[in-house]
Amino acid sequence: MNLQEWQAQHQNESLQSYNFAFLDDSAKKEIRRSLLKAVAIPGYQVPFSSPEMPVARGWGTGGLQITLSLVLPHDFLKVIDQGCDDSVNAVNIKKFVAKVAEVNSTTDISEATLIQTRHRIPEEPMTEEQILVLQVPYPEALREVEPSELETRRMHAEGDYARMWLHLYEDIVRYGEISISYRYPVTVNGHYIMDPSPIPRWDIPKLHMSEHLSLFGAGREKRIYAIPPYTRVEPLEFEDHKFRIEQFPVACSRCGSCNSYLDEIISDVDGSRQYFCSDTGYCDKRSA
Amino acid sequence: METLLKARKLSKVFGSGCPLCRESTGPDFDTNVCPHCHSVVACNAVDFDLYPGEVLGIVGESGSGKSTLIKLAHFEWEATGGEMNLHRSALPEGLGELLADAADQYTRNLFGLSQFQQRQVRNALMGIVYQNPFLGLRMNVSSGGNIAERLLGAGWRHIGKMRERASELLEKTEIPISRMDEPPKNFSGGMQQRVQIAKALSNNPLLLLLDEVTTGLDLSVQARVLDLIRSLQREFQLSMLVVSHDLGVINLLCNRTMVMKHGRVVESGLTDQILQDPQHRYSQLLVASQL
Repeated sequence: MNLQEWQAQHQNESLQSYNFAFLDDSAKKEIRRSLLKAVAIPGYQVPFSSPEMPVARGWGTGGLQITLSLVLPHDFLKVIDQGCDDSVNAVNIKKFVAKVAEVNSTTDISEATLIQTRHRIPEEPMTEEQILVLQVPYPEALREVEPSELETRRMHAEGDYARMWLHLYEDIVRYGEISISYRYPVTVNGHYIMDPSPIPRWDIPKLHMSEHLSLFGAGREKRIYAIPPYTRVEPLEFEDHKFRIEQFPVACSRCGSCNSYLDEIISDVDGSRQYFCSDTGYCDKRSA
Repeated sequence: METLLKARKLSKVFGSGCPLCRESTGPDFDTNVCPHCHSVVACNAVDFDLYPGEVLGIVGESGSGKSTLIKLAHFEWEATGGEMNLHRSALPEGLGELLADAADQYTRNLFGLSQFQQRQVRNALMGIVYQNPFLGLRMNVSSGGNIAERLLGAGWRHIGKMRERASELLEKTEIPISRMDEPPKNFSGGMQQRVQIAKALSNNPLLLLLDEVTTGLDLSVQARVLDLIRSLQREFQLSMLVVSHDLGVINLLCNRTMVMKHGRVVESGLTDQILQDPQHRYSQLLVASQL
C-alpha cells in the first residue's frame, strides 16, 4: 500500500485530523533533513526541533520521532525495550505507531524493516535493508568530563579529547580497569567521540562495520546522530588496556544460548538465580 | 644563532579601542587607560626575540602587561595586533610544513592560525607554569593523571609508558613517586608548583613560559623551586620566558631582561646591565626599591 491509498482509505476515520504517522509533513521534513546531515557526518550531533509528542520527553520521543518520520504503510516494525518485545514502553510505542501509521509489527528481527530499541542491539546481525533506531537519554559523550555545552562543542570541533582519555586513565589507575559498564564512548569513523546510548559493552562491537543503518534520537536533548552502514566504530581503549565485553559464566536457562547477553533473574519464591537472554525475540526463536 | 621566537608589535587592548588609545597611554602619561574611550591598553607594540636556550625575563609592577604577554604567547588570549613567528626547525615534522610559507625559515604569523592549529603548536612545543597551581592543574585528578593529560593530548595511548614518563618527571621535580596517584589538592603549595613544572615539561617543550612561579611560596621553598627550574633549564636547554615582579628571581634565572610599565617596554638589555646600571627612570626606581 502506498501513502495515497492509505490516506484514501482512512479519510473517514477518527484519526483523520492527524497526518499519516502523526507528525505533520513539515516536521517530518525537518527531521529527515537532520537525519541526512547526521548520516553525512557520522557521529556528529545534529540539533533538531524535537516537537511535542503525546509521550513525555525522556520516554523515547527522540527514537519515536525518527521512527514516525521514516515509517511507511508497508513497513514491518519491531520495538524492543532492554531487548524485550513485551515491556510497557515497547508495547505502548508499538501500539501508538500502529494506530497512527497502521504498520504491521513483528517480534522477528529478520522480518522487521524498522527496529526501534531502547538500550540494546538485537543479537542477530541486521542487513542493509534494515534501519535500527536507538533512543538516547544523554547524547553528549563528553558530558561526564565537561558540563558546558559550548565547551563540548568546541572540543568536538577541534578533536580535543584529552580530557575524555584522562577520565579513562584515572579509572584504570583507581580500579585497574575502565569502569564504564554501559554508554561506553566510541570513536566513529576515526573522528568524533560518540555516545552509543546506554547499550551494554556487549553490543558495542555490533556497531562496527555493521550492514544496517543506526540512527540515534535524543528527544529531550534535541539531538540526532547516526552511524551509516560499514562505518568504523571503535571503543576507546589503551594499547595496554584493551576494551573487553561482559563475560557470562552460564548459558541461558531457557534456550541454552552461550553467545548472548544475559539478564539475571532472581526468583521471588526461593531467591534462586537464573539467567535468560535479554533479547526475547532471539530466545523465542531458539526455543521454538 | 637564529632566533627561536620572534614577536613584533604585540598588542592587546581591552575595550572598544579608538585611534587615540596608543598615543595617549603609556609611562609618559602614567596610565594604561585611554582617556578618550576608556579602553585598557594592556600591552602595546612589544617586540622581543628569544634565542634557543635563552632565558628572557620580563619584570614590572602589577598591571604592567607582563602576564598579558605570556597569555598572548600561549594563545590563551587573542592578540589585538602584532605578529609572532617560530623558527621552522623547531616544529615537529608535518606541523612545520603546515604552517610555513614555502621559502621562509619562519612560520606564518601564529596569531593567524585556527584554534586547532594553535593548540597543536602549543601541545608540540610549549609548556606553561602559572602563579596559581589551580590554573595549571586539575586538583581532583591524580598528579600522574595531570601529567598524562598532556601526553594524551599529544596522542599517547599506552598507560604503562605514560606512567613511566610521569614517574620520571616527578622524580626530577622531587615529588615522591609513591604519591603519584594522589591528587595535587592534597599537596603543599611548593609541591603543587613542582607538579605543575613536571606537567609543563611532559611533552619535552622547547619553550617554557613561567608566570610568577615563586610568588606566594615561602623563601626556602622559593629557593628550591628556582634551583629546580635552573637545573632543568640547563639539562634540557629550554628557552624560557620568565615573568616576575621579583628582581631576585630575574637575577637568578635570566640572561636578558625587559622592563615593562603601563603596557610598554621601557628598557631592555642584559640582566646584569639593567640591575647594575638602569637607564630608565622607572627601572632605576625598581632597582632602588629592591630590599
